[in-house]
Amino acid sequence: MKPFDYLAPADAAEAVRSVAANPDAVFLGGGTNLVDHLKLGVAEPGLVVGLAGLLPSGIEELDDGALRIGAGVSNSDLAADPRVRERFPVLSQALLSGASGQLRNMATVGGNPLQRTRCVYFQDVTTPCNKREPGSGCSAIGGWTRHHAVLGASEHCIAVHPSDMAVAMAALDARVRTLGPAGERAIPFVELHRLPGDAPERDTALEHGELITAIDLPAQPIARRSAYHKVRDRASYAFALVSVAAAIEVEGGVIRDARIAFGGVAHAPWRARRAEEALRGAPASDGSYRAAADAELTDARPAEGLDGGNAFKIPLLRRTLTATLRDLAGEDPR
Amino acid sequence: MTFPSEPEAVGRDLPRRDGAVKVLGTATYAYETPLANAAYLHAVQATIARGRVTALDTAAAEALDGVVAVLTPGNAERLASTEDRELAVLQGEEVAFRGQVVALVVADSSEVARHGAALVRVEYAQQPHDAELRADREDLYAPESVNPDLPTDTSEGDVDAALAAAEVSVEETYTTAMYHNNPLEPHATAALWDPAGEGFLTLWDSTQGVHPTRTALASVFGLDEAQLRVVCPYVGGGFGSKGQPHVNVVLAAMAARAVPGRPVRLALTRQQMFSLTGYRTPTIQRCRLGADRDGTITAIAVDVVELTSRIKEFAEQSGVPARMMYASPNRSTTHRLAALDVPVPSWMRAPGECPGMFGPEVAMDELAERLGLDPVELRIRNEPAVEPGSGKPFSSRNLVGCLREGAVRFGWAERDPRPGVRRRGDWLVGTGVAASTYPVSRMPKSTATIRREGERYAVEIGAADLGTGTWTTLAQIAADALGVTVALVDVRIGDTDYPMASVAGGSSGMTTWGSAVVEAAGAFRAKYGSEPPDGAEASGSVQPADDRHAMHAFGAQFAEAHVHLDTGEVRVPRLLGVFAAGRIINPRTARSQFIGGMTMGLSMALHEQSVLDPRTGHVVNHDLAGYHITANADVGAIEAYWLAEDDPHVNAMGSKGIGEIGIVGTAAAVSNAVWHACGVRVRDLPITLDKVLHALEERPRH
Repeated sequence: MKPFDYLAPADAAEAVRSVAANPDAVFLGGGTNLVDHLKLGVAEPGLVVGLAGLLPSGIEELDDGALRIGAGVSNSDLAADPRVRERFPVLSQALLSGASGQLRNMATVGGNPLQRTRCVYFQDVTTPCNKREPGSGCSAIGGWTRHHAVLGASEHCIAVHPSDMAVAMAALDARVRTLGPAGERAIPFVELHRLPGDAPERDTALEHGELITAIDLPAQPIARRSAYHKVRDRASYAFALVSVAAAIEVEGGVIRDARIAFGGVAHAPWRARRAEEALRGAPASDGSYRAAADAELTDARPAEGLDGGNAFKIPLLRRTLTATLRDLAGEDPR
Repeated sequence: MTFPSEPEAVGRDLPRRDGAVKVLGTATYAYETPLANAAYLHAVQATIARGRVTALDTAAAEALDGVVAVLTPGNAERLASTEDRELAVLQGEEVAFRGQVVALVVADSSEVARHGAALVRVEYAQQPHDAELRADREDLYAPESVNPDLPTDTSEGDVDAALAAAEVSVEETYTTAMYHNNPLEPHATAALWDPAGEGFLTLWDSTQGVHPTRTALASVFGLDEAQLRVVCPYVGGGFGSKGQPHVNVVLAAMAARAVPGRPVRLALTRQQMFSLTGYRTPTIQRCRLGADRDGTITAIAVDVVELTSRIKEFAEQSGVPARMMYASPNRSTTHRLAALDVPVPSWMRAPGECPGMFGPEVAMDELAERLGLDPVELRIRNEPAVEPGSGKPFSSRNLVGCLREGAVRFGWAERDPRPGVRRRGDWLVGTGVAASTYPVSRMPKSTATIRREGERYAVEIGAADLGTGTWTTLAQIAADALGVTVALVDVRIGDTDYPMASVAGGSSGMTTWGSAVVEAAGAFRAKYGSEPPDGAEASGSVQPADDRHAMHAFGAQFAEAHVHLDTGEVRVPRLLGVFAAGRIINPRTARSQFIGGMTMGLSMALHEQSVLDPRTGHVVNHDLAGYHITANADVGAIEAYWLAEDDPHVNAMGSKGIGEIGIVGTAAAVSNAVWHACGVRVRDLPITLDKVLHALEERPRH
């Protein structure tokens, strides 16, 4: 690993100033992804700025009923919070489906959405990758695509975003609060992550030196009937092949409203607005759920590759969404 | 030599003698050997699969503060023997596989060594490579023999005529994936070259055999074996990948000689293990079975296609178990290899039997289905009276006993044979069975020494404990052979300073070393009687095995599989194995071996797959995030039982070796259970959800 300087700043403002002033600097949160990248040579920063103890690590209830989650809160603590478990079960379930107990203790709410793709070619510095080295080419296209995108990919990159938490946040209309060189701002969570387009090296809309300080979860009764369904290649400790975060409101057998996001299928958590639209006013039935999935998946394109590529993700996602909504609709609202 | 027919210590479930130091973290593994002022090594690997190194720029690495040396083909010592091309590292510019070591950085810390390795610039003249295994390749060849030294092809009777005449037949192709052993402890070596006198090299190496490693390294470096000591008290797993030295050992020894008097340490990274420490070849198995209506098998044919590396042949004997498993008057087996530009394949738990019992044991289930016969009964009906091929009587063969006992314990009698008709919640439920087998092997050489030390007895032999229990089980054998209480026996293993011992491989350890200990104890008692004085000492060596009998262990494995109706996810909540493996030396460590093997078999069934990208020639999922092994949550109830088997022919203890049989047949049992659950025959491992999804799409949910 390339040696780097380490800075433990006094506060978040100093952290932001330090990183903003140095194009070769990075923030270090829980380190569950960055430390791997340091060892592998995927990241070779000159300066690592530690955030330990600098970011809010509590969950605060705002006047409008929203929850403000400090960026320093651990994934474990967020998953266990009674308010989250009661009001946003999809978020608690998503967090608990990710990684392992040890990693969830280290990982932070601010760092989790900023983890990078686990594309095997991105993580291997001996293979070309447009995300790691713009213009070098995409090794995943035509390679091992089992864990790659079927939605929103480009000819430059077919990687997927690995976070489970982010999928729930995207469904829940969360907002990201940041502190950057230009001050504070708030970004809708669904606008945090980018699709790869012709600049796959940029994962998010954040500027260099911009730091996530908190995530706000607006109050929304619909989220009480919500769930996260993750499908993966082993029972635990694996990234999603596909995942569904869903919240649903049903009255008299008719779907009044829905919030849906997909994971494991795109460069960003995929908010499925077309599926939501198709569900509103439809009968709560498998036929409606499948139609909603089809509405969202009309533009889905499998990535051909070794072992048959990833075409299976399209029927799998349709079936997983259907199963998730069926279970939710059949459940009494609490 | 005699061994009590009703032993005192053997058969007791004594706890591991090495358990406490391992739990406390005080057991020293190779990399942790206390050595002052050690230098650290990191290898630079080729990024092409075939070609030549045309330029190596080491200036930036050498300029780095803390870098001691950079070894390259240009300055590395010439090895005395380059016959084993896997070990002939840094001897030339040719690149034969991606990941091959092309330079080695020696530095004051592991971090600097790794940084230095990243700074070495390598230029290549790249040639087109070929890393794709297919059964229709035109360059497949028949090796002269398959491992360990068995005929490549066999043929009895007329398979084609028998198949043409068969009332019922199965003809399918099955595949197993490429697998990497992935022991928890990476391949690691520490080395010290003492410049005094003629020179003396000490290696602390994570190995399955200190003496075989010494022999190999002495040959590579042109040393007298007396100039070389290999030490390895503890091994964090090997599963065959530490059964012979890989390039890390040569690199450490080379670097130690380059910095004489200074110790060096090398631990491969997990990623490096995927190209430098061996793996199991993928297999393509065409299996054909023919039978009469009553289930009497009339033809068995297995044709296997595998890969090997272009620089070193390794011919996995996957067709071998089909030669002896079931009776049939007509039988043929063949092995064909493709020599590719890939890393060198090597030993992995139950080589031959593990992959080679997948295709045939699924084919048996398919045959049972077509016959409308219970798969347990089909196997029982085709039990051979003597070993097919050789015609030798079995020393003991209790496959039928295992099948019957397992069927009772598993509740097989209530099984409805129809596939796809049982549902529990959102899951389809099925059960399956497959047979296991593994040969009983005895290595030709091993010696033990027993010495009275005060009131105690010391047993010395250069054996290995890979986590298997050797520290404990050899003490049990020695105690009974000496007629003393086991608490008085000290075992010393894992060092070439002790008498020569064979490799811990092929499930031969206990048979071989235990026999040597029994011989030594016999000599000791004959010499000193029951009151040996302090310092009394005797040695004994393993004697040739009985060659009048065919000797194999057998087993039967039962699996319950669940397939999710919506997602196709496969879970295996229950595995049950019954084994007939002679006398069990220690039920506690034996159970761990059996369920460990079965867990690894489950892992093979559902998860493991090294994905070799033919465009680059390397395994792209080369870490434990990408290469899935079964996690705790994947293992439900797992039960291992064994029959009380009295086999007077295998060895003095009556034991058969149990390190490998547990992995044999598991994947077939799971595949058969998945078929029973959802009606899909998954003939290509691993059994992932995409392989059953199409059937769920066609199935009405309610």
